[in-house]
Amino acid sequence: MKEGFRQSMAWLHTWSGLLVGWVLFLVFVAGTASYFRDEITLWMKPELHQAQHPDVPPEVAAGHAVALLQQRAADSPRWFITMPTEREPGVRVSWANPPGVKPKNGRGRFSSAMLEPATGAEISEARETRGGEFFYRLHFDLHYMPAIWARWIVGVCAMFMLVAILSGIVTHRRIFKDFFTFRPKKGQRSWLDAHNATAVLALPFHLMITYTGLLTLMFMYFPAGVQAVYRGDQETFFAEMFPSGGDRNAKPSGEAAPLAAVGPMVAEARAHWGGAPVGRITVNNPNDARATVAITRQIGQATPSMSYNTPTVIFDGPSGRQSKTIGDEPSGAAETRGVLYGLHIARFSSPFLRGLFFLSGIAGCLMVATGVLLWAVKERQKYAKAIAKGGRAGFGVRLVDGLNVAAIGGLPIAFAAYFWANRLLPVGLEARADVEIRWFFIAWAVAAVAGLAWPTRRLWQLLLTVGGTLLATIPLLNAATTATHLGVTLPSGQWAVAGFDLVVCALGLSLLWAAWFVGRRAAKKAAAPRPAPAVGGEMAEGVR
Amino acid sequence: MSRAVFPPTGCVWPRNESARLRVGVAMRTLAAVIGGYVLASLAAALLGTMLPMDRVDAVMTGTMVALLVLPGAVMWSFAARSAARAWAGLAVPTAVLGAVFAFRWMAA
Repeated sequence: MKEGFRQSMAWLHTWSGLLVGWVLFLVFVAGTASYFRDEITLWMKPELHQAQHPDVPPEVAAGHAVALLQQRAADSPRWFITMPTEREPGVRVSWANPPGVKPKNGRGRFSSAMLEPATGAEISEARETRGGEFFYRLHFDLHYMPAIWARWIVGVCAMFMLVAILSGIVTHRRIFKDFFTFRPKKGQRSWLDAHNATAVLALPFHLMITYTGLLTLMFMYFPAGVQAVYRGDQETFFAEMFPSGGDRNAKPSGEAAPLAAVGPMVAEARAHWGGAPVGRITVNNPNDARATVAITRQIGQATPSMSYNTPTVIFDGPSGRQSKTIGDEPSGAAETRGVLYGLHIARFSSPFLRGLFFLSGIAGCLMVATGVLLWAVKERQKYAKAIAKGGRAGFGVRLVDGLNVAAIGGLPIAFAAYFWANRLLPVGLEARADVEIRWFFIAWAVAAVAGLAWPTRRLWQLLLTVGGTLLATIPLLNAATTATHLGVTLPSGQWAVAGFDLVVCALGLSLLWAAWFVGRRAAKKAAAPRPAPAVGGEMAEGVR
Repeated sequence: MSRAVFPPTGCVWPRNESARLRVGVAMRTLAAVIGGYVLASLAAALLGTMLPMDRVDAVMTGTMVALLVLPGAVMWSFAARSAARAWAGLAVPTAVLGAVFAFRWMAA
């Protein structure tokens, strides 16, 4: 039964991967970009490139934030302060608008502002853009559809992916050897090797990222456990899952009482965590006798934990005395989930580790791309005779070819268009952030329509060249539109901005290399038509 | 063993080979998606109610396990020798877990 088992798993691997391959490609590309969400956002706000960020004691930064909130939002029911990190040097304050107040620059129920941590001065608003946040949302909320649909679509695709990975592993006879095998210029064999290499090279990452991706939304996908145990009472479940100390819904007393200084609370919370930095400060019912201040630990490089769970210290607002601590010793199950969740988001990682996550993500994109390409290459050989006589391949092959060009050839152009729009659109344009996103989808739509209409080698070459050129020239675009080009950012060590320029340029050059390679093969084929290479391979045998 | 045609069907009624293949795949897919989801959900519910830990931890653990039960069930559905066996292989554990769960639910 061994032979039958491998064959059936190879069949399952092929179809579970192929059917959702193009959505997975989008999810992988957007997710990989999201590892550098903050850096992408910074690059897309050139007004902030030259800001200087001296180290400021967190007590001081928090004090400035509270001063601004007292001035602007003294009667708000809730304040939020997000402390600076290595990757986001400003202090973000936001507040719930008091009932009946409609601010002119706030969105709905909340208003926000960004502060310089050292001085408390408001950072002048940069150009309006979603920046890296767009890719982060695209990764699981897609776009132009309700988030709940998108999350189900992405979840189903992720489950297909998990099945494809597991069945892909068990079909391999020699998984270790495949890791070191690449036989270039051998047609289908080369695609298979490339697929194996990118898949096996980062296999632990692929498994981890797919499982943990499902885990982030598991209570939505599998509500049965919560339903059975809490008998449908989701609210109680989430209150037990994310304990807030009961202060979140506390009603104000209506009796005014000045808020104690927040600085000492920040220092006390830090001391409680052995010096780990503060992430977020929430003030409930500020300036009321029942005010509470909840301080949560930061998730980041400086925190000695991979977990996404954040311990919290709660203070009594008027007296400033510590009232309780939450999450100092999470249960085994909570910590398991927290670490798995944390692994997916990778907020804990140092720049080097973040780079490895990014490279693994690229390997994932290549794995998906080579997988769907391999199917088309293999399938087309069934029609080799018909094509040689001037006929066409079957509908399935033509459809997959078209979708491959549309997704793999088109997506780099969409990304490039988004970055170019950021610099070419007038700074004061109405609804600027939405227009940037529209450029992304218009560019992709044009490429996709072309790909579906003419899925030819020439079009591959054209799209790869366009995408590659647009990305490779990003440093020039940055130099032409800002004062912070590579000549400035490299000597002064502004690695976030310089890194964006260099990485995007390198990706563009890789696409140009691919375009050149495709073109050379096309020329060769035209010069000397040769028979299709022999069909073979562990995963190809007997699989139809 | 001689080389099996894959996927084997386990359904005898359509005469023509390719139609039989299609029906077999369709039956297995249904087993994988519906059977797999029901089994995974039952596993989450049962572990949530039975694991000897705080209820919130039991629910978390059960749901994390359910995420692995589904792909396992999918693989089983396509690895089984016939579509009928695929269904049977999911129906038996589902019935057992379902019976235990129903019993506990009514006892509670």
